[in-house]
Amino acid sequence: MSLFIRLWNEFDDRAGFSGTLLPVIRHPVPPRLGWEYVLGSATLISFTIQVLTGIALALMYVPSAAEAYNSLQFITNNAAFGSVLRGIHFFSASAMILFVGAHAIRTFLTGAFKYPRELNWISGTVLLLLTVTMGFTGQLLRWDQTAVWTAIVAAEQAGRIPLIGKSLAYFLLGGENVGGATLSRFYAFHVFFVPALIFALLGLHLFLVIYHGISEPAKPGKPVSPKTYRTEYSQMLKDRGVPFWPDAAWKDAIFSTLATIVVVVLAIIVGAPALSLPPNPSIVGAVPRPDWYLLWVFALFALMPPAIENVAIFLLPLLGIGIFVLTPFFSNKGERSPLRRPWAVGIVIIIVVMVASMTIAGAQAPWSPDFAAKPLPVSIIGTSSGPVYQGAQLFYEKGCEYCHMISGQGGSRGPNLTTVGTRLTKNDIIIRIVNGGVNMPAFGGSLTSQELSDLVAFLQSRK
Amino acid sequence: MSEEPSEQTNIPPNPELISRRQFFNRLILALLAVGGVLMGIPFIGFLFEPLIRKFTPVWRPVGAVDKFPIGSTTDVSFVDANPLSWSGVTANSAAWLRRDSETQFTAFSVNCTHLGCPVRWVAGSQLFMCPCHGGVYNKNGEVVAGPPPLPLPRYPVRVNNGQVEIQASPVPITAPFSLP
Ligand code: FES
Repeated sequence: MSLFIRLWNEFDDRAGFSGTLLPVIRHPVPPRLGWEYVLGSATLISFTIQVLTGIALALMYVPSAAEAYNSLQFITNNAAFGSVLRGIHFFSASAMILFVGAHAIRTFLTGAFKYPRELNWISGTVLLLLTVTMGFTGQLLRWDQTAVWTAIVAAEQAGRIPLIGKSLAYFLLGGENVGGATLSRFYAFHVFFVPALIFALLGLHLFLVIYHGISEPAKPGKPVSPKTYRTEYSQMLKDRGVPFWPDAAWKDAIFSTLATIVVVVLAIIVGAPALSLPPNPSIVGAVPRPDWYLLWVFALFALMPPAIENVAIFLLPLLGIGIFVLTPFFSNKGERSPLRRPWAVGIVIIIVVMVASMTIAGAQAPWSPDFAAKPLPVSIIGTSSGPVYQGAQLFYEKGCEYCHMISGQGGSRGPNLTTVGTRLTKNDIIIRIVNGGVNMPAFGGSLTSQELSDLVAFLQSRK
Repeated sequence: MSEEPSEQTNIPPNPELISRRQFFNRLILALLAVGGVLMGIPFIGFLFEPLIRKFTPVWRPVGAVDKFPIGSTTDVSFVDANPLSWSGVTANSAAWLRRDSETQFTAFSVNCTHLGCPVRWVAGSQLFMCPCHGGVYNKNGEVVAGPPPLPLPRYPVRVNNGQVEIQASPVPITAPFSLP
């Protein structure tokens, strides 16, 4: 034992750990930091898991447009631990996005971005954006049918940027079509470019945390004044500071361990995200959807008024990201406590409610036709012959059911027609079908008069 | 602690020495810049290589003329114009091909002009429907519902030796404010 200690001492004498690193991890922090302070380290730990599982997956993943899908099939279905590893990589990515978001909310609500930590906030917000970029490029590396169309959607979005839009779109795809270069590029972005930026900014972010110290819990009635803040802060540390390690770090350790356990358990139980069909852009039956954390953006694209969309598609993110990143420039002094900053609380509530409800909307996508709709059974139609029955067949064949629900079957794009017979007269129904409506195309041209009368008979029978 | 000579301690105010130091300072920065340019040009150039690469449209056969009944709209697939040899199935593209008459065909892009999702032809209602944000086009590709800002783009199509041929083109990008 003493030999071990002697060896360590000799090593440490040459390596200089106790002289340099120890003071860093034992740097004084304000006393009694709450559980809300664990979110940053939890983000860091999930990032570390991403790096480790990412490196592991790279042992077998083939970043080739032709082979990636097969290698993923092998990793998922044949390789020992493959499905679990992919699962961890996916759920830890989700955790990282949740934690980085919660960390930003916590920092905003407690005014921790104020003087002198403006740069902490700015580097942190850029890290948040890079985290989402990692998620997006990562979904693409799944290189199935959805991934291919996601690449095209990304290119189309880039296309709306003035002047350079088109070039940027083809730049992202690595050519004028999805092809051999596309996956390699996104692989390089996901594995080299973006992580390099993350490491650089993470270094800065952590350095700043040590340099400025961890912000003390916000107290109402104790505003930040740039003139006196630093003196007061260092005095407080001198009087009451405790070493980060272990006095504060134990909470981080407990939380991160719990989070990791949840991630691994989910990876084992739920497994890796399923792959859809092969990445063949000529299979047109695709239904591309983003992963959960971007469903709200997906919903936004569907719900935004088309008239403003061309402009809004690039102006909104620009404005949103600009305001987000530059928040400290709007107020970097004054009250920190959320109890004295009702506007800050209001903004957070509005954003969280909006993003949550749009995420739900995005998951349900009621604006999308339901291509999986099945013909209505006789039990719903109520008869197996005659005009009503014929009309029901037409209701399916003509695609009405993709958008209109009847007795729980069909899409939600247009009004539910389960009881349309009680709401509309025969003439109303005919007018709507023939001329169309707000978001409904006119069907007058694609129906014979016999078909129209059968369809109307069927709809009138819906009571 | 540090061993660099500091200006206040043992160095006399020697204008010549200071200018020497300034010279080194600038020399290092200049060398860094040279290195940066030497590395940077090929790096950036390679990054933007796809934009420099020449695109030449190519006619691709998609099937014999008789395969397509007059009035029908079917999806056809073809190989992209200049695929890289390792593209595998990603080198394929699709189009919706309508036979208008004995000799006339119309080829629609499958890419929704909103955000590029693959539209489907619903024969019963004679509509193209987008699976993403609810865009709907009529049989001529004009928008009848939803967010798409433009009609479905069309590809050049011709009949050659009894084969229908589509001109494999870049994936259409809706870029309203872009340079041509
Ligand atoms: S991509 Fe077709 S409606 Fe959005």
